[in-house]
Amino acid sequence: MDEKRGSGGSDIPGSSDGTEAGRSESLDARRKRLDAELSVRRKVEPEGGSNREASKGYALAVKLSSEFIAGVVVGVVLGYLFDRFLGTSPWGLIVFLLLGFCAGVLNVLRSTGAVALPNQASGNQAVTRREDDGK
Amino acid sequence: MANDPIHQFQISKLVPIEIGGLDLSFTNSSLFMVVTVAAAAGFLFLTTANRGLVPSRLQSISEMSYEFVASMLRDGAGSQGMRFFPMVFSLFMFVLVANLFGMFPYFFTVTSHLIVTFALAMLVIGTVVVYGFWKHGLHFLNLFVPSGVPGILMPLVVMIEVISFLSRPISLSVRLFANMLAGHITLKVFAGFVAALGSMGALGIGGAILPLVMVVALTGLEFLVAFLQAYVFAVLTCMYLNDALHPGH
Repeated sequence: MDEKRGSGGSDIPGSSDGTEAGRSESLDARRKRLDAELSVRRKVEPEGGSNREASKGYALAVKLSSEFIAGVVVGVVLGYLFDRFLGTSPWGLIVFLLLGFCAGVLNVLRSTGAVALPNQASGNQAVTRREDDGK
Repeated sequence: MANDPIHQFQISKLVPIEIGGLDLSFTNSSLFMVVTVAAAAGFLFLTTANRGLVPSRLQSISEMSYEFVASMLRDGAGSQGMRFFPMVFSLFMFVLVANLFGMFPYFFTVTSHLIVTFALAMLVIGTVVVYGFWKHGLHFLNLFVPSGVPGILMPLVVMIEVISFLSRPISLSVRLFANMLAGHITLKVFAGFVAALGSMGALGIGGAILPLVMVVALTGLEFLVAFLQAYVFAVLTCMYLNDALHPGH
């Protein structure tokens, strides 16, 4: 109680009518400070949010492996269909498997934020680089 | 059955239906999908039926889930993305409730089957492709052409980008499916250890404490995974929708 009154008094040096005005004044000041701090937090939070789920090792492992496997599987399926319809076996499978491997690596790098997403390649490079440093 | 960790994923026909040689039976999986939709829709409907300005506890859960998905979508796809809100919200609620239902003993986990999650992922990618072409026409194909690539490498890079795009529904569905499947199998295996060790006399009961502790910890982890995977699914949906709204600049 003493401390509160003291801080209220120090906020408004000229106030003479005691605790009531001083306390409401300090409440206002405190509310403003809280608003300012919250607005700073809110600005920071969305960027941190995407990293938080990735920090779980187990989730990260499943995420990255599924990204990579998906790339290779799609490459193989495309290559197989290519060969089947054009009769170029086994060249389609070989080429598309390698391309699928590349796509898988690209997927993994993208999901870790090491490479920019296709539609923000020019604009948001700074953001992705910062995410990369955070890891 | 007690020690078979895979048995919980078995599909059984409840009402056999066959139309024109197609097996359209109503299975336990279908039953739990219906229950999931009914529970999610019923909860949202009932908690917002007589809403107040000051929300009750249950009403604030509904409002929180709305706000959560809405802010996720706004961050991921911009304010234009809000036209997809009904779809993203339904997907999120369906996956979340299905995952959480899977945590009840003797319940069937709908999302532990690849075909279910793949259908959900195809719904997302189908929406992205259809909306992208409808809105931007052939300009949508710019998505596959990154800027600043030398001309010789272009065909190669475009092929890789196309494969990378096609792999999205697969990685999206495999991730959810693998998490749920692996989690439930692990849980069952450790629970099986408890039962097997417990039947081996005094020493066995002492030894059974360790897997029992593991089962308790894993159950907590599974609840986290159930929520996290629904969240990840929704976030990625937002990201892919963003591609449909703003393909390469």
